[in-house]
Amino acid sequence: MTLATPRTSILPDRITTPTLRTFLRSVPSVDEVGARERVAALSTRSIKRESKRDALDLIVRMIDLTTLEGKDTAGKVAQMSAKAIRPDPLDASVPSVAAVCVYPNMVPHAVQATEGTSVKVASVATYFPSGLADTDIKVVEVSRVVKQGADEVDMVIDRGAFLAGEYFKVFDEIRRVKDACGEAHLKVILETGELGNLDNVRRASMLAMAAGGDFIKTSTGKITPAATLPDTLIMLEAIRDFYEATGVMVGMKPAGGIKTSKDAIKYLVVLNETLGTEWMSPDWFRFGASSLLNDVLMQIRWLATGRYWSSDYFTKD
Amino acid sequence: MATEIATTAPLPLKWEYASSVESTDILDLDAKYGLFINGKFVKPKSKKYFPTINPATEEHLADVAEAGSADVDSAVKAARAAFVDVWGPMPGAERAKHIFRIARMIQERSRELAVLETLDGGKPIKEARDVDLPLVAGHFFYYAGWADKLDYAFPGVRPQPLGVAGQVIPWNFPLMMLAWKVAPALAAGNTVVLKPAETTPLTALILAQIAAESGLPPGVFNVVTGAGGTGSAVVTHEDVDKVAFTGSTAVGKMIQSQLAGTDKKMTLELGGKAAHVIFEDAPLDQAIEGVINGIFFNQGHVCCAGSRLLVQENIHDRFVDKLKSRLATLRVGDPLDKNTDVGAINSRAQLDRITELVDSGRSEGAEMFQPDCVLPNRGFFFKPTLFTNVAQSHRIAQEEIFGPVLSILSFRTPEEAVEKANNTPYGLSAGVWTSKGSRILWMADQLKAGVVWANTYNKFDPASPFGGYKESGFGREGGRHGLLPYLKWIES
Repeated sequence: MTLATPRTSILPDRITTPTLRTFLRSVPSVDEVGARERVAALSTRSIKRESKRDALDLIVRMIDLTTLEGKDTAGKVAQMSAKAIRPDPLDASVPSVAAVCVYPNMVPHAVQATEGTSVKVASVATYFPSGLADTDIKVVEVSRVVKQGADEVDMVIDRGAFLAGEYFKVFDEIRRVKDACGEAHLKVILETGELGNLDNVRRASMLAMAAGGDFIKTSTGKITPAATLPDTLIMLEAIRDFYEATGVMVGMKPAGGIKTSKDAIKYLVVLNETLGTEWMSPDWFRFGASSLLNDVLMQIRWLATGRYWSSDYFTKD
Repeated sequence: MATEIATTAPLPLKWEYASSVESTDILDLDAKYGLFINGKFVKPKSKKYFPTINPATEEHLADVAEAGSADVDSAVKAARAAFVDVWGPMPGAERAKHIFRIARMIQERSRELAVLETLDGGKPIKEARDVDLPLVAGHFFYYAGWADKLDYAFPGVRPQPLGVAGQVIPWNFPLMMLAWKVAPALAAGNTVVLKPAETTPLTALILAQIAAESGLPPGVFNVVTGAGGTGSAVVTHEDVDKVAFTGSTAVGKMIQSQLAGTDKKMTLELGGKAAHVIFEDAPLDQAIEGVINGIFFNQGHVCCAGSRLLVQENIHDRFVDKLKSRLATLRVGDPLDKNTDVGAINSRAQLDRITELVDSGRSEGAEMFQPDCVLPNRGFFFKPTLFTNVAQSHRIAQEEIFGPVLSILSFRTPEEAVEKANNTPYGLSAGVWTSKGSRILWMADQLKAGVVWANTYNKFDPASPFGGYKESGFGREGGRHGLLPYLKWIES
């Protein structure tokens, strides 16, 4: 099997578990205390009021509006998609979100509900959320959602294999899934809450990017903690190192647990200070969230009208 | 349908941080300040005043009395009387209550004090607010706790106060240096005559107000403002039992020679040229933050600033590249802006000294890098500066610059790192970054520095002693050790 060329430039000639181990050991270690201090310092930044509306709009456009419940139905997906397309019925100036994110079986419903709009359909796949299935089965699942019209695939890595040091297994699976994606964008979920420390987060980020991930993503949302600022900082630093080494831009998606505009702005501050303006776009940064959207809408309404509106004025879908 | 949806800003979004300027309304400054002697503000017998300005705008803030030798004499007399009559005989538990009360009042007025510290000294408000003031209150709380436990701090002896302490403090951390000196002196039962720096006298005067309001007995804490002459009068006054000085090594040497032959006890906390050592296995991105914090914290006006960066040669270029791109994101400007990372240089004189040393670095052949940032057109500012290709023999590798200027050297082996790090007349602090625990311990053992930080930098705690080796001074401040310079005993 051959790889897309630019990604191999930082990898050893022969990719095996031992050579990947050597590669991952060359990734700089992380000091957790220092990483926490850095995000705490960045969290005190405040942005200009004139920039605020733009920042809130950007957050909306970066949202992958998500429903990942066992009780999801075609009706639920249709309603959520309507919200994704037109988040605020009273204010047409609010842009659409980036995508809706659903389970594989819901992809046809999501495709239908978003047809003709800018809203993309993302599907979790690869035996989300555990990822504990045979690679062949995962590849079949991915091919199927792509065929049904998913624009983006959110895969999970095999954390067990990663923690057991079976790096080739993890790498090869990402690579095969990427092939199965074809034109669809691949987001690779590391499930940072299960990786145990930031050294692992950084190494898994490098592995996922080298194997072909278009985005790296923190969490499934099914594990606590989900996205955190320190995890995000470390992943963004890995993206920067990867870009410097290969010239390939990779996107970032924190997912789960980001509920307020204030929190989301902190993520954008960390993004802006780590990767710079180029990444400040939905092409390169997404929020995996459901309840965040209404909080952002409330803030936009407050900026527009000068007062806070009750949550009764915002749709719950 | 998508076409109906408006898009408001072009992508990707380029945003600006708010100029989020802390209000100074909270301050109620007098036009003129007298000397704080015997519990009251009094006019100086010298009849002289000097102005103090905001270094970020060069605006006049207030006029402050310049204490002459007669004024210093009054202050020492008041301190002596308070020591003999009130503070010396007072039980430790009662002294503790007074010190606790001051600590509480500092906390209550911490926002006001932080704003004034920034206004008078030029440091970023986020540092005054998040670092200086919590530590100031913390030192008073910490030493209040020792006041009634001195017998337990030094078992087997009966520790006694010395008497009157004459203390001279610098302008880089005006209130924090005050706290480091005043809190242990008072806890040990001494009374104090304090001389704040001439460019930053205001917060010490507010602290004098706090002392008066808190009911601290008159004469226990006295503030005499002025310049070098006033400081000299304080340290050479014959009825001062103990001298504590923080400042430059040159002045420290002068004081030491002035006190030769007297029985005054003294402690000196002087300059530094700290080595910040980065090994190849360091957590690089956090090390970058540590280096930035080490040299640009308080515009580099820090005696323990990590001003000599020693980077292992095999990561040197990569590390310097990362450092340069990080430098570009530093925000230099109005110290009152909460988003400001690097504030104003404390005075015109200091700015001139930094400029002179930076010029020498360039003419000696080191390579300079400064980020492309715009400095305010008023006030004293200096761009964050890196020097690469620095040799040990360059002045910028030897002399304390006391500004936002980092000299970068490389090393090949741990032994070479130690040799270069110790190759300085100073020995105040050092930093080590490595993932290897055993190397941290080995380095800490080898480095001739009072403080060695591992995988972090510029961390302070009231319970942790601080002080220098060699020409960085002697005596320790902070912790149980910080009580020692203020006590005497006869071995029993």
